[in-house]
Amino acid sequence: MASYSTNEFRGGLKVLLDGDPCIILENEFVKPGKGQAFNRVRLRNLMSNRVWERTFKSGESLEAADVIDLDMEYLYTDGEFWHFMLTDGSFEQHAADAKAVGDCVKWLKEQDVYTVTLYNGTPLSVSPPNFVELEVVDTDPGMKGDTAQGGSKPATLSTGAVVNVPLFITIGEVLKVDTRSAEYVSRVKSS
Amino acid sequence: MSDRAAWRPTATRDILENRARQLAWVRGFFSQRNVLEVETPVIGRHGVSDVNLDGIRAEVVAPGVSEGWLQTSPEYHMKRLLAAGSGSIYQISKVFRNGERGHRHNPEFSMLEWYRVGWDDRALMAEVGELVCGWLDCARPEVIQYRDAVRRYAGFDPMTVSDQSLIDRCERWMPAEELRDLGRDGCLDLVMSLVVEPELGVDRPVFITGYPASQAALAKVSEQEGHPVAHRFELYIRGVELCNGYWELSDAGEQRQRFDADNARRQQLGKPLMPIDEALMAALDSGLPECAGVALGLDRLLMLKVGANRIDDVLAFPIERA
Repeated sequence: MASYSTNEFRGGLKVLLDGDPCIILENEFVKPGKGQAFNRVRLRNLMSNRVWERTFKSGESLEAADVIDLDMEYLYTDGEFWHFMLTDGSFEQHAADAKAVGDCVKWLKEQDVYTVTLYNGTPLSVSPPNFVELEVVDTDPGMKGDTAQGGSKPATLSTGAVVNVPLFITIGEVLKVDTRSAEYVSRVKSS
Repeated sequence: MSDRAAWRPTATRDILENRARQLAWVRGFFSQRNVLEVETPVIGRHGVSDVNLDGIRAEVVAPGVSEGWLQTSPEYHMKRLLAAGSGSIYQISKVFRNGERGHRHNPEFSMLEWYRVGWDDRALMAEVGELVCGWLDCARPEVIQYRDAVRRYAGFDPMTVSDQSLIDRCERWMPAEELRDLGRDGCLDLVMSLVVEPELGVDRPVFITGYPASQAALAKVSEQEGHPVAHRFELYIRGVELCNGYWELSDAGEQRQRFDADNARRQQLGKPLMPIDEALMAALDSGLPECAGVALGLDRLLMLKVGANRIDDVLAFPIERA
């Protein structure tokens, strides 16, 4: 596997540190007048999602982590694994466990496309697109004359996610939701 | 960013004007004091031996010339001028340090280096203060001993701390095994860079002086409170290290020993060995006059002048756009 020297460190680079794959967030070069140069590096551990701060002697290197992001279609879950298929036409499938799927589970809709991060060929994490469109399966009945300004109520979506929606939303409607904030964006016109 | 999208300079027109004014100001300062401006080679046949400096190799085609190095500082050539009887001299030059890139570093930068014949480090520090504070319009620097600065900001005595205790203190940044490889001075550099430096010169510029003898580089060493210390100084303003100066070592024999020690350390680290520059050694043998010398980063001085946080803000084209 390739390795990267501190001189090549930049945001987004994926490296192995203490055996875990990490993504570099920031790299700062420091050097006292005549002395040894160092790189202060902030990294996110992709296994634990924790942010680490480490200092390296300049010129040291870290092994590259075999981490890639791929677009995959969500197929189904068997209760233990969530199954995804590459969208490149290869029909190659990958099974992600609950740890890898994490919070993304509440946005998973069959046939939608997600970003699956593979580490050494195994799903490490799954990220939803920024916006998903999901059907309302449960919410209090809408009230006549309600407008967009008229307050909000919880609505349960087909995937199990619960989001706050305007009072006029009814069961069966399809909503556009921002997965980053878990907020309602708009109704999707049904054709 | 693509090359086409990054064709513009990173410095504003206003900052480029300040850069031009700074050059004129520096030249005026030395002209008034009868210090001679000189130009020495940017490409030398020898590179610097200092373990912590990496030169950039140049491919030179000329009869009898086998190797070329972009100079990390004009020091060797200026010392040859001094030995040849130039008297006090200064130079404004581009210098090159490989691998040094960060918000205060660019591998190519502008250096002001000057030597005062017959002066010691104290006298030169006073002149540095006049030049820098005259230009920045700031209070004159205070002087703090390296030992006192580490005691004050890091809470231990760098002259007497045991190797183990020093490693324990540094383990918050690096594993003990790597710290052991780094050695005592490397660990002290870590403390200096990460703990002490950010505190220096916040209210008022500060000279740090009296470095441990092991960090003397090309400075004379003398005893102070029972510990050998280097006649070496650095100026800090608002946490920015601005210059490094010495009461220059003029003993050719000791200089050769330090070069040999540098190369031994280079070999350990797998860095290229630097053949000793015999022209420099011959100049030192013929007699370097008693003098003090200092190198000052002009880009950083300009950063302080215009209140920039990043060196890119004061360069027309940093390395990625060069």
